[in-house]
Amino acid sequence: MLLKLTGGRVYDPAHDVNGEVRDLYVRDGQMAAPPPVHERVHAEYDLTGRVVMAGAIDMHTHIGGGKLNIARAMLPEDHRGDPVVRTATTRTSSGHAAPGTLATGYRYAEMGYTACFEPAVLPVNARQAHLEMGDTPIVDKGGYVMLGSDDYFLRLLAAGEPQSLINDYVAWTLQATRCIGIKVVNPGGISAFKFNQRKLDLDEAHPYYRLTPRDIVRTLTRAVHELGVPHPLHVHGSNLGVPGNVESTLGTIGAAEGLPIHLTHIQFHSYGTEGNRKFSSAAARVTEAVNMHRNVTCDVGQILFGQTVTASGDSMAQYRNSGHGSPRKYVGMDIECDAGCGVVPFRYRDRNFVNALQWAIGLEIFLLVNDPWRVFLTTDHPNGAPFTCYPHLIRLLMDRTFRNDRLAQLNPEAQAMTTLASLNREYSLYEIAILTRAAPARLLGIAELGHLGPGAAADITVYREDADRERMFAAPEYVFKNGRVVVRDGRVVQAPWGRFHAVAPEFDRGIERRLGDHYRRYQTLRAETLVISQDEMAAFGHGAELVTHPCRT
Amino acid sequence: MPSLGCPTVTGRVLYCRVMTAPAVASEFRDVTCPFCGLTCDDLTIAAAGSRLTVQENGCPIATAAFERAPASVEVQPRIRGGATTSPAAVAEAARLLRGSRQPLFAGLGTDVAGARAIARVVDRCGGVVDHMNSAAMQRNVQVVQDTGWITTTLSEVRNRADLVIIAGSDVGRRFPRFFERCIEPEVTLFAERRRCEVVFLGADPAAGLGRAPTLIPCPPERLGEAFAIMRALLAGRPVQSPGTTGVPLSTWSGLVERLRAARYGVVVWAAAEFEFPHAELTIQMLCELIKDLNRTTRCSGLPLGGSDADLTAESVLLWQSGFGTRTAYGLGRAEYDPYHFSTAQLLRRGEADLMVWVSSFSETRLPPRTDVPTIVLGRAGMVFEEEPAVYIPVGTPGIDHAGHLFRADRVVAVPLRGLRASHLPSVAQAIDAIDAAL
Repeated sequence: MLLKLTGGRVYDPAHDVNGEVRDLYVRDGQMAAPPPVHERVHAEYDLTGRVVMAGAIDMHTHIGGGKLNIARAMLPEDHRGDPVVRTATTRTSSGHAAPGTLATGYRYAEMGYTACFEPAVLPVNARQAHLEMGDTPIVDKGGYVMLGSDDYFLRLLAAGEPQSLINDYVAWTLQATRCIGIKVVNPGGISAFKFNQRKLDLDEAHPYYRLTPRDIVRTLTRAVHELGVPHPLHVHGSNLGVPGNVESTLGTIGAAEGLPIHLTHIQFHSYGTEGNRKFSSAAARVTEAVNMHRNVTCDVGQILFGQTVTASGDSMAQYRNSGHGSPRKYVGMDIECDAGCGVVPFRYRDRNFVNALQWAIGLEIFLLVNDPWRVFLTTDHPNGAPFTCYPHLIRLLMDRTFRNDRLAQLNPEAQAMTTLASLNREYSLYEIAILTRAAPARLLGIAELGHLGPGAAADITVYREDADRERMFAAPEYVFKNGRVVVRDGRVVQAPWGRFHAVAPEFDRGIERRLGDHYRRYQTLRAETLVISQDEMAAFGHGAELVTHPCRT
Repeated sequence: MPSLGCPTVTGRVLYCRVMTAPAVASEFRDVTCPFCGLTCDDLTIAAAGSRLTVQENGCPIATAAFERAPASVEVQPRIRGGATTSPAAVAEAARLLRGSRQPLFAGLGTDVAGARAIARVVDRCGGVVDHMNSAAMQRNVQVVQDTGWITTTLSEVRNRADLVIIAGSDVGRRFPRFFERCIEPEVTLFAERRRCEVVFLGADPAAGLGRAPTLIPCPPERLGEAFAIMRALLAGRPVQSPGTTGVPLSTWSGLVERLRAARYGVVVWAAAEFEFPHAELTIQMLCELIKDLNRTTRCSGLPLGGSDADLTAESVLLWQSGFGTRTAYGLGRAEYDPYHFSTAQLLRRGEADLMVWVSSFSETRLPPRTDVPTIVLGRAGMVFEEEPAVYIPVGTPGIDHAGHLFRADRVVAVPLRGLRASHLPSVAQAIDAIDAAL
């Protein structure tokens, strides 16, 4: 089956294509080179005047796993307020801040997204994460598995075990949990909280293991790098949300010692302590460091005003925030000597000094990072805002007037504390395509996504050109997934299941016996139980493929 | 693919497919038990044909559940009590479902695959979904919806807890190996000789607990008042009397001090045992006390459940639609109403015209008596006072087929395997067949 998409303006940064009018060809679910003239085209789509990009990729979004389900359980009012009504092609679901998995898949696809990555998979909860992602229609998916507060890792590190053994453990974890990257959340801090420690600075010793977060970041960046895992260590740094945490952030960059490192939702980690309120923007210092250190990538974690829910593995930070929830409720968990989590509903208000400044800080970061290949568009869904706000965020980045008008409505003290009004930069369509397509695919090491060259998956988003970029990005005219039209005019027309993406680096099997012994001695589950088979992944994903990507050798 | 020590079993286990059992006896090691909710994964089970015997690491619940007859060959589907074929039973079930306007899918004792299949069909049919344990679960669900809580999981208790309070629940009877696996072990990640103090609050001590625990004989229905008194004492407010708890005030202040001094206190309860009005308020008061304690030390709750896979159904429904059990899909959107959409209320008011009762783990959890036509997908061996319209015997996950189940502490979804040859469909297969025939 050969499809032809004719006359669209194509933005494909992976191939330096910047708005050229080009015909695209799709064969058997993949992008194809222009065929011989005599070959029959089965269907043609006239895309004259349309903007065409690869399907978008969200490389940090909380879409599956225990803490999301806790958030759903906490917020029936969120679901009542936003029902997703059953149609001939879609099922019943609901939710705005903590949507059901069905709603999540439909709405991401309706916005032109074709791949989403859950950034905080606990090893012991990996099956639930994959089941939930498996029940998320249309989009491709994958997960980053959390290490760094699990007692097994901390014991290895505290015992001075060699890096090679740690690498084996990291590789085993990736294979067992079928994930594509390694995440660390508040390194050592989730564990420290279980010992009644309420904060843990980068160079502060863990109360029991006497390790520092710096030790943990250094060791894990090395492990990820030496194993050849394409995605860098994905770091939710120490002291999230704490005024003055810019020092932790800059220190964390240093802890990587030049190896690739990804700092996630960096907006929440870019705070100073200046001014009367002792809360200020440190975006300039953070972005200066990102610009200078080419081993560093970041995603912003922009906040947007309105009701949402914060759901995080950072049990220490969430306990600290637990009294500030809106509505006032909170769930915290210590989990299986593995990790933890905390869920706090939250309403960001533009009249509130802190929230208004947080909004400005995120935008400062977007506008001050020079290299669009090293900064990614996220709201840390749902922590900063639900992902359905992305079109609004894109407009803020592309339309300076709109941005400054919004800034002028915010808390006046916050306006005085930000340089945002003087930042004239406007993102181009090409740069948006980098942030939301080309760069995430490259950073994940997934060769067939994020671009429209021959051999790529035919995940294609077609937008009607509109000066109101929010309206433009909110309702694509077409979304193709593996060559099939799944969305038309912003509505799902069919809902196939997407693929899972993972990596499986090699390791010495000796770690298996050690883990088996450890779990039998100390845990309430056997280590073997953590290992997920390929058959299970196929069942979780309703028969969809699990693609295991190569590691660098 | 990593595999940590293949279990010593002949024949390959495939997910959701029938396993061919050998003719001679064989032994399965490291079997996961799906029955009480603790999902102990260290059982040794011997199989001789379809007869199973628990040999190691069993408990009264496991032994009874694994060793029950009958073998699958003896059980056939029935339509109004008359033996029939599987296709005929499926066709009759589909006919009844097609003709119903508000079907109720209840019982819901099934694994993840079964819960996914039911979620799909109840949405398609515009029915209502409830679990046989939902009255107990709602006592916890409503606390999470209103103010939330701080909880922990089994391995954390096993390694960290230095004080465990069993609140108003016969944990030893419902979860027979809980003390052995989580309290008794002395060698932990952080100590060679951990001593965990145990207090039974309004509950009888478990048989076989190794040391003399403290007993506080407050009636369970007075525990809400007890927790309120403890919160007030913890906050330094003047408290004049122990109210109607029947226990001296000094006992409550003593318990508060022990909790405050503990490094990792854990309060355990089974909501199923809080059978008094507004038990959710009692649980909420307990959870607020736990939150208060976390200002200065670490303390967590451990709500235990998971029997008849109640947490499994709740989790699957919740993540797909945004709502768990007691939800109706008739209007094309999900309507959660814990009062109106309970099995008891729907049947009493005649608001369901068909009931599909699912119970694959327990053949003793029977559908409630009703005139509403009932389709039963039940564990082989179910005995009815009145034969249902359709009875489709199904396999038990973890015995007759592989599957997945959520553990009592809500984080781990454990894999289950089949241990014997079975002609019985899984719940998922039976539901899929009915769906295809609709």
